[in-house]
Amino acid sequence: MARVQPAETVDLASPVHDPLQRTAPHVTIRGLSKRFSDATIYDNFDFDIPRGKLISVFGPNGCGKSTLINMIAGLFPPDAGEILFDGQPLSRIKFGYVFQNYREAMFPWLRAFDNIAYPLKVMGLPKAERIRRVEKIVANLNVKIDLKLYPYQMSGGQQQLVSIMRALVVEPEILFLDEPFSALDYEMTLFMREQLQRIFVDTATTTVLVSHDLEEAVYLSDRILLLSRHPARAVEFVPYDAPRPRTLKTLSEPEFISTKAHCLDIFQREVRKG
Amino acid sequence: MKRFEVLLPLVGVAVLLLIWSLTVWARLVDPVLLPSPMSTFEAMWTGMASGKLGVDFLKTVERTVYSTAIAAVIAIPLGVLLGSSEKLYRSVEFLIDFFRSTPASAMFPLFLVLFGVGDRTKISVAAFGAALVILFNVAYGVMNARKTRILAARVMGASRIRVLWDVMLLESLPQTFVGLRNGVSLALVIVVVAEMFIGSTDGLGQRVFEAQQLFDMPAMYAAIFAAGALGYGLNLLFLTIERRFVHWSGR
Repeated sequence: MARVQPAETVDLASPVHDPLQRTAPHVTIRGLSKRFSDATIYDNFDFDIPRGKLISVFGPNGCGKSTLINMIAGLFPPDAGEILFDGQPLSRIKFGYVFQNYREAMFPWLRAFDNIAYPLKVMGLPKAERIRRVEKIVANLNVKIDLKLYPYQMSGGQQQLVSIMRALVVEPEILFLDEPFSALDYEMTLFMREQLQRIFVDTATTTVLVSHDLEEAVYLSDRILLLSRHPARAVEFVPYDAPRPRTLKTLSEPEFISTKAHCLDIFQREVRKG
Repeated sequence: MKRFEVLLPLVGVAVLLLIWSLTVWARLVDPVLLPSPMSTFEAMWTGMASGKLGVDFLKTVERTVYSTAIAAVIAIPLGVLLGSSEKLYRSVEFLIDFFRSTPASAMFPLFLVLFGVGDRTKISVAAFGAALVILFNVAYGVMNARKTRILAARVMGASRIRVLWDVMLLESLPQTFVGLRNGVSLALVIVVVAEMFIGSTDGLGQRVFEAQQLFDMPAMYAAIFAAGALGYGLNLLFLTIERRFVHWSGR
């Protein structure tokens, strides 16, 4: 008998139950609806976010890119629908969220180090443990910033990096970033893309990035979610499999160019529909 | 040149003293009404060092500090409470604005009936005026806490109480200090007025009034300048405390 079902035995073993390799979606969104006073942004929206991938959300202005991750991350509630993480509600999981406006998301009365440690304090960890965890993430990310400084003493890129570290210090199962680099200058944006890519390669955390920059969205992502005008539908979930680490050379490779052109086509079609 | 820029604020002072001296020297104004700068500062020096002026000065400091402290102890917690719920604040906003606009000096007769002619009346009227100013500023400071910062704390799992304590309270500090500076200035105004009229025997207001009654003009000017120095000093004190503890203000 034992020889008849070897496949099943193997299936029950490591790969399926190793969370990094499991193929079941990480986040399932079902029947999501959201109305603002003047428009229906989501109407019965279904979507699955794959595990351990970096996905970008891209679409026309005002289509609800940020609204989507804000609802997934619980910043405000949907009118209807269900969002589950491995079948669990948001309150049961650890997640990180990075705001576009780092200036207003950091706590200016705390030094960078204490800003990063803050979510650990909320979790009720003792001080020694907080310090250990922050030092660990600083070492892992190889960050060379003076963390004794206050946020307002740092450059925009440094502040956003601190902000990303604050999101990562809890060892989140999923990381959300809402246009994290759009307030930075181009040089800093390029640098921060590399930082984010490195973090993703190191941690393989499921990452959802909202971007208004198609080049950035394709360059960083495993999959690009293209949304229609509101009420938003998932028009296409474009894969992009270029190996990591991707470099500036990646930007001129045919696969990158064709993927970007394809996304742009769909985007323009959706824009014209409005 | 740069080194001398720190001296710029003194230019206005020098010009004022010059015009004053010239006016006295040219006898443009009756010398009884306008004594020379020298005799004024002499009166100030002797008054502060050994005369009644020093005692009155300290008395006014004491009353102003008491009334501001009482106002702060009442108004800051209340302001945080009201500011943490916009609905709550809106429901009492009219009352606050109304009494904030009522001249506190109009309340003297009422407070006299309540507290008698002693220090308690002066301090409580000043505290009343200052408290409303502080309350209003604290409440607005809490209400105008950056939404993103509150959301940031919320997504990190902070409870409502923790958000209030860790974020809103600190966010409101710069505005709280605006309230404290305005409050202490108003308290000083009210204390000095109270000292002038309602059966007072001491304080800067009393000193100014008495010197005027006795036609001792150098002493009157000296007392006025002492009051000015006190107001300026209190404001500066709060600014210094603010810079020290609210280092992120305006950044």
